[in-house]
Amino acid sequence: MTDIAAVDHDPKSVGFAVSEASVGDYLALMKPRVMSLVVFTALVGMMVTPVHLHPVLGFAALLCITVGAGAAGALNMWYDADVDAVMRRTSRRPIPAGQVMPSEALAFGVTLAIGSIAVLGLVANWLAASLLAFTIFFYVVVYTMRLKRTTPQNIVIGGAAGAFPPMIGWAAATGTIGVESVLLFLIIFFWTPPHFWALSLWRAEEYARAGIPMLPVVAGHAETRRQILLYSIVLAPIGASPWLFGYSGLPYGAIALVAGAAMIGLAFRIVALGDQKEGVHAAKRMFGVSIMYLFVLFAVLLLDDWLGAPGRILL
Amino acid sequence: MNPDGIENGIVLTDEQKRRRRARSVAIALALGALVLLFYVVTIVKLGPGVLQRPM
Repeated sequence: MTDIAAVDHDPKSVGFAVSEASVGDYLALMKPRVMSLVVFTALVGMMVTPVHLHPVLGFAALLCITVGAGAAGALNMWYDADVDAVMRRTSRRPIPAGQVMPSEALAFGVTLAIGSIAVLGLVANWLAASLLAFTIFFYVVVYTMRLKRTTPQNIVIGGAAGAFPPMIGWAAATGTIGVESVLLFLIIFFWTPPHFWALSLWRAEEYARAGIPMLPVVAGHAETRRQILLYSIVLAPIGASPWLFGYSGLPYGAIALVAGAAMIGLAFRIVALGDQKEGVHAAKRMFGVSIMYLFVLFAVLLLDDWLGAPGRILL
Repeated sequence: MNPDGIENGIVLTDEQKRRRRARSVAIALALGALVLLFYVVTIVKLGPGVLQRPM
């Protein structure tokens, strides 16, 4: 008799291995937090269009975009299992924790990627499906396999992957790539560096141990703080650009400018405090505030679109 | 089973059996949901015309 519990779980070992994965482990592979951001931004991209999909088709398209993001997350965890294992933040992920075998994660990710792309193409259109396919490719191959381990600009360029969902949502509804969807892309693209660099300021040691050349590891904390400030200054007007281009009302513009100013203010505070203990607190606050920044901007954009012109006058 | 009455091959632990069952149920539910989704999407895309065919 062979007790499976005593068998080496490592698939690279000779012999066999039996899956220990629970359903929750598979859900964790899809990075639910990232998926929630993708759902929301893609929904906004889909809703602010001049034409709307049938609700059932819209739901199906949104589901495909979400599952596609989950597939990218699973493939990212498959490839990054070695570095995830040495970082405290990621060491409990299903693969380094030994719950899911790398081959399972790979099969899961590839299946979901192919399925989500194919169904999105059939339900919505092939432009949206192509954008989803490119996003998954960009996140997994360009960012995860290449940029992440080779350049401190990893999250700057790689941030494009996270910026595509609203554009995919827009494309699913309209079959085109409009200027407004490009603006939504740019907001997330320029939001990503200050968001992740704020995190990396207090996780720099872990990144260094894992051999990930994050900006604080390569260029130092002072330069990272300076870059956070620069990107925050660039982000503020881009955040207000849907209003500046006439796609949304004054309330959105005002809120975006105030939120942008708050981000710049926090970035200045991070620069001013430097490596002091309060500076670390400020970086953590910046990380949290930046999530709120993006959520508020997209929520107000959605509200602005729902209320339309009469609502804008009332507001 | 060998002559000593010991079962040959792989014997899963109770926890492994429970997790395998949970995964199977999740796959079944996902497939069922997909069938429903494809059905509804087909009806929506084709509209009432889906019921019309030459007699």
